[in-house]
Amino acid sequence: MKVAVITFPGSNCDYDCYHALKTLGGFEPEFRWHGDRELKGVDAVFLPGGFSYGDYLRSGAIARFSPIMEAVRDFARSGGPVVGICNGFQVLCEAGLLPGALLANESLLFRSYDIHIRVETLRTPFTSAYERHQVLRIPIAHGDGNYHADDEVLAELEGEDRIVFRYVSPAGDLTPEANPNGSAHHIAGIVNESRNVLGMMPHPERAVEPVLGSTDGAGLFASLRAHLEGALA
Amino acid sequence: MSDSTPTTSTVDPETVIPAPRPGDPEITPEVVEAHGLSPEEYERVVGVMGRTPTFTELGVFSAMWSEHCGYKNSKRLLSLLPTEAPWVIQGPGENAGVIDVGDGMALAFKIESHNHPSAVEPYQGAATGVGGILRDIFTMGARPIAVLDSLRFGDLDSGRNRYLFAGVVKGVGDYGNCVGIPNIGGEVFFDRAYDGNPLVNAMALGLMKREELIKGEASGTGNPIMAVGARTGRDGIHGATFASEELSEDSDEASRPQVQVGDPFTEKLLLEASLELIRSGHIVGIQDMGAAGVTSSASEMAGRAGSGVELEMADVPVREEGMTPYEILLSESQERMLVAARKGREEDVRKILAKWELEAEVIGEVTDDGYFRILEDGVVVANIPALPLTDGCPTYEREGIEGDDVKEARARDLTEFLAPEGDLTDPFLRLLGSPNIASKRWIYDQFDTTVRTSTVVRPGSDAGVVRLRGSRKAIAATTDCNGRYCWLNPREGAKAAVAEAARNLVCTGALPTAVTNNLNFGNPLKPHIYFQLREAVLGMAEACSLFETPVTGGNVSLFNETDGVAIYPTPVIGMVGLLDDVDQATRAFFTHEGDAILVLGETREEIGGSEYLYREHDLVAGEAPLVDLLAERRLQHAVLGMAQKGLLRSAHDCAEGGLAAALAESAVGGEKALGVKVELTSRLAPVAVFFGESTGRVVLSCAPDDESRVLDTARHHGVPAARIGTVGNEGGAFAIRTPLGSIETSVNEVRTRYFGALPALMERTRSEEPV
Repeated sequence: MKVAVITFPGSNCDYDCYHALKTLGGFEPEFRWHGDRELKGVDAVFLPGGFSYGDYLRSGAIARFSPIMEAVRDFARSGGPVVGICNGFQVLCEAGLLPGALLANESLLFRSYDIHIRVETLRTPFTSAYERHQVLRIPIAHGDGNYHADDEVLAELEGEDRIVFRYVSPAGDLTPEANPNGSAHHIAGIVNESRNVLGMMPHPERAVEPVLGSTDGAGLFASLRAHLEGALA
Repeated sequence: MSDSTPTTSTVDPETVIPAPRPGDPEITPEVVEAHGLSPEEYERVVGVMGRTPTFTELGVFSAMWSEHCGYKNSKRLLSLLPTEAPWVIQGPGENAGVIDVGDGMALAFKIESHNHPSAVEPYQGAATGVGGILRDIFTMGARPIAVLDSLRFGDLDSGRNRYLFAGVVKGVGDYGNCVGIPNIGGEVFFDRAYDGNPLVNAMALGLMKREELIKGEASGTGNPIMAVGARTGRDGIHGATFASEELSEDSDEASRPQVQVGDPFTEKLLLEASLELIRSGHIVGIQDMGAAGVTSSASEMAGRAGSGVELEMADVPVREEGMTPYEILLSESQERMLVAARKGREEDVRKILAKWELEAEVIGEVTDDGYFRILEDGVVVANIPALPLTDGCPTYEREGIEGDDVKEARARDLTEFLAPEGDLTDPFLRLLGSPNIASKRWIYDQFDTTVRTSTVVRPGSDAGVVRLRGSRKAIAATTDCNGRYCWLNPREGAKAAVAEAARNLVCTGALPTAVTNNLNFGNPLKPHIYFQLREAVLGMAEACSLFETPVTGGNVSLFNETDGVAIYPTPVIGMVGLLDDVDQATRAFFTHEGDAILVLGETREEIGGSEYLYREHDLVAGEAPLVDLLAERRLQHAVLGMAQKGLLRSAHDCAEGGLAAALAESAVGGEKALGVKVELTSRLAPVAVFFGESTGRVVLSCAPDDESRVLDTARHHGVPAARIGTVGNEGGAFAIRTPLGSIETSVNEVRTRYFGALPALMERTRSEEPV
């Protein structure tokens, strides 16, 4: 299964995604440069974290104009699975592939530590290997992770079971101190209407080996692999 | 290169005398003094040149013969440091030191200061400090894998110090986060001695294949010299000279233009482009345009290769109109590199840079005449023999006499402070609230610590650890120095810094391997400061020799004074270590209820220079803790042996705040806050037993079944060891007793104090002033 990892100028988690896909097995990751115009026959796409184009205007605001993003849009519209992590989530929102926006953290400080998220839905190509309400420990590292959308959109996300991950306490509760950035409804990750585009602030690719302190992110890759195997079978 | 540039073969360099540029100031004694050169040094310049230098040439000498570039007050002392070992591939003198880590891999690492810029503009000063040290690493051909930061500030009860602290932390964080290099540790220390003169030392580590090592050499006559990366502007002009002066009250406003502005996005592109360039084989040498910009990079690259360079200023890409050669030569605009390419490969170099949306322009070429020659539209404006410029800086051995204030402070009788007995819980809890003891989470939560998915031990433990992907090996790194000890006794203090760094590494399971140092001192022209510098270097040399941890490079930052008052002598040690098996990585925190708690090493009745004296009695006095280097070495071998046998559940160096603070940190620093029950038999003053900072001690925990093997290993190495207590339950009691005193509280209270102190102190800032 070929997976494209998109490198924008300023991406810095592209190799991390690549290594996670390699380490966990079953994927053939390949880098795609922001200036490329084609994805060239891949089965899934990752938009990695980082600071695309320096994020000087607004996180992800310039990356959406990259030539490769036209191809990503087409791929997403045709139902191909797309995962945007951290800056990748910001790019997906800016590109209109996901609703809402990611504002500066409520603390106005960059936040980097392990947080807990709860798997809210298994009805995505990215979460089927988890259990519902399973609590995952995964690192975050961002300055702009405060998910914001108007009430209508939030109601839609809730009503359509499109909130994939929420920030929770280690015990799985929606406590205020478990929310590291002020996100509406504790949102850590969402999918689009057709459920094939995922955006999330935490870094699952940083939690795939025991030596890194957690393997809780591995389920996302296992889910995707199972989904692609089913789709290709 | 422009067509008007004459070729080098047609001129005899020694007869080329540049004409003064219109508008250049005349060279008067005042102009010489403003350039930081003494009358004797100026005479030497004239001697080297055989004539009066032009204004441009004077600017070049001023930068290259500053302390920052020329090490004129420290060079002779630095030659006393051990620099060699079989595993050292590159010692001092290059952009960074390099050691062999096996499997065909090499590790580049270095520490560098950005103190003066950070005192004036904390955010940009710190950010560009990180940027500079990263460039030093990737210009060696190594991909940066980790950064650490060693910081000093005045006490946080001052709004100014909180502003500096918050700005520096944000600057360090934003830059490293954006480039995508994990921060794996460091240290911070607060004391009024750093009021107005904070210290910002940044260390970086990078990894490469041995054969990818490249040096900053401009060799091969006719090879083009190219300016790569960002354009040159008017920022940071004379930064190197500025860094070699004392600060005054006026420094703040007047010096802002000497502070550079960082762009981590361009740095990230430059990093990728440089590594691609080095691996392409299109270039022979590369160097960061750091302190003193084009001047130092070009002259040093020529000096190392024994060649010369000729550069055309009109060809340097600038971002402002009308820059003079003087300004272009001395600009410290960030994110620039100087590259010596292979002749005929200019287009290939440009193509690689263009891929990363960066520029590369030919600005001159390598010559064989040994001259550093600068042209403006084809007219020679500077023509200086390169070798005297880089290596001919006068070096001084100055008079060093210990200051009377230090002698007095050291002789102070501390008996009265040893008197308190009985319940010492309150002073203990106050000590935990000191920002020197309390958790530094407020800082490192702002740093990306896990990017690159290789961080095994994150900040907060004794040393950071990153694994080497594709092998079982891992690398550990730490920075250490207690300035108070160094002020009271610079020789012992420097030994203590080396010893603590090595102890931090063995507590993490790593074999201490090599050192980079950052010598932060006051004005060496003052005898009491030169005394500190000399003594500290001697202490460092002795410890590094005995521990077989050679010094592979570093940085000297002198003139750290504000209004004539010097900082504590602060010789920061950055030390790296190796783990053969990443699974041996040990953390500082208790993990299992019922585990045995042991202490290795000897507790003496020492409270001189302690955090306890500073916080409880507002006093910095007494003898600095004694350092027994042979005992330290035995301790290192013992702890490393235990870690390698897998006997340790935790290991933690006992430092500021003494045994009580070390136990508290081990109890609450991990995932769960576990209780502590410790009974000590010592009949020494309980203040000394709890809070004294005797060196050479480690707090361990192990499974009860392993206790006898741990004790056997200690005995085998001749290290005093004793079981002192047991790890308690989650949220349980925290109790330490001696026959004469006690600390009794709950581990939850310890946790609240330990983690709450720094956020509470910094919360005040947000309501007071914008940061």
